[in-house]
Amino acid sequence: MTSLTNTIGPDAPAPAFTAVGGDVPDYFALLKPRVMVLVIFTALVGMVVSQGHVQPAIGVISLLAIAVGAGASGCLNMWWDADIDAVMTRTAQRPIPAGRISSEEALGFGLFLSVASVLVLGLAANWLAAGLLAFTIVFYAVIYSMWLKRATAQNIVIGGAAGALPPVIGQAVVSGSVGIESLVLFAIIFIWTPPHFWALALIKAEEYARAGIPMMPNVAGPASTRRQIVWYTVFLAPLGLVPVALGFGGLLYAVIGVLGGLGMLAFSIRVLKNREGEAEKRAAMGMFGFSILYLFALFSALLAEQSFGLFRPLV
Amino acid sequence: MPDPEVPQRQLTPAEEARRRKRSVAIALALGAWVLLFFVLTIVKLGPQILSRPL
Repeated sequence: MTSLTNTIGPDAPAPAFTAVGGDVPDYFALLKPRVMVLVIFTALVGMVVSQGHVQPAIGVISLLAIAVGAGASGCLNMWWDADIDAVMTRTAQRPIPAGRISSEEALGFGLFLSVASVLVLGLAANWLAAGLLAFTIVFYAVIYSMWLKRATAQNIVIGGAAGALPPVIGQAVVSGSVGIESLVLFAIIFIWTPPHFWALALIKAEEYARAGIPMMPNVAGPASTRRQIVWYTVFLAPLGLVPVALGFGGLLYAVIGVLGGLGMLAFSIRVLKNREGEAEKRAAMGMFGFSILYLFALFSALLAEQSFGLFRPLV
Repeated sequence: MPDPEVPQRQLTPAEEARRRKRSVAIALALGAWVLLFFVLTIVKLGPQILSRPL
């Protein structure tokens, strides 16, 4: 560590953050804005599939609080994982490893936003929703980032629960309770997460190995990972249709669920068959990209059916 | 707090501009925070707050 006497005084070549801190966009980047958008979207769907009514202003404030809470957990994740981020090309330019924001600033920022978001959600909606948000933040920052990520190849399987909780929080905001609808959405995101991330991990296996992260391809090997991607997808495709069986997904959702599920299966089999060179990369990136489209389409269908009068019941 | 006896490095214009932008962002965020609680309070009170027996 640099001694204090070298970091102050007129001739000191102090790093930028010690004098003035980061730029505003750097703080925004700490919140993982793309993840926040996904969280807002899935929480909103959790709200619209729920029985009940919420005052629009309360709904907007609640969504904002959920998004900020998710951003805060992302910030704490970046604080803890700065050493890993520094050695991976995908994350080396994040504000902390790039030296634009200090670890201490990021920690303070993340903790403040965590407390503030839970407080606002509790006051705006109810304390069940706030408790679920607090659990999500702790689960992602502590259970996943500090423990599972560096300890087990099942890291993103178990850690995926944090990313799957926003619809449950959304339902708690509207109805004050947790119902079967949001639990099904939770299950869909939970089972979707491993094949989605393992497709990327197949390509980035060397980087994960260099960073010392026990991702599935590094621990069980690429062949086993490909088989597990297929098995998870085999389970995911019919699971994606459960909303239809339960009556809160209609005709539009069913069509997208069937076509998307078949697409996911096709992409997973492509990953299984293409094991070398460019074909392997194309197959894995295809699976990664299509899985995002699949989840987005499923949730968009629910949103469209519930919000724009497109719901045509099948059961 | 910096020690007043120790001469401090002068910030460059770029650093000063960055610090100013960050200060403005903090001020705006605090303003938004106050506004949010104001809106929340009004919404929670509801319209019936005005029609009470005097």
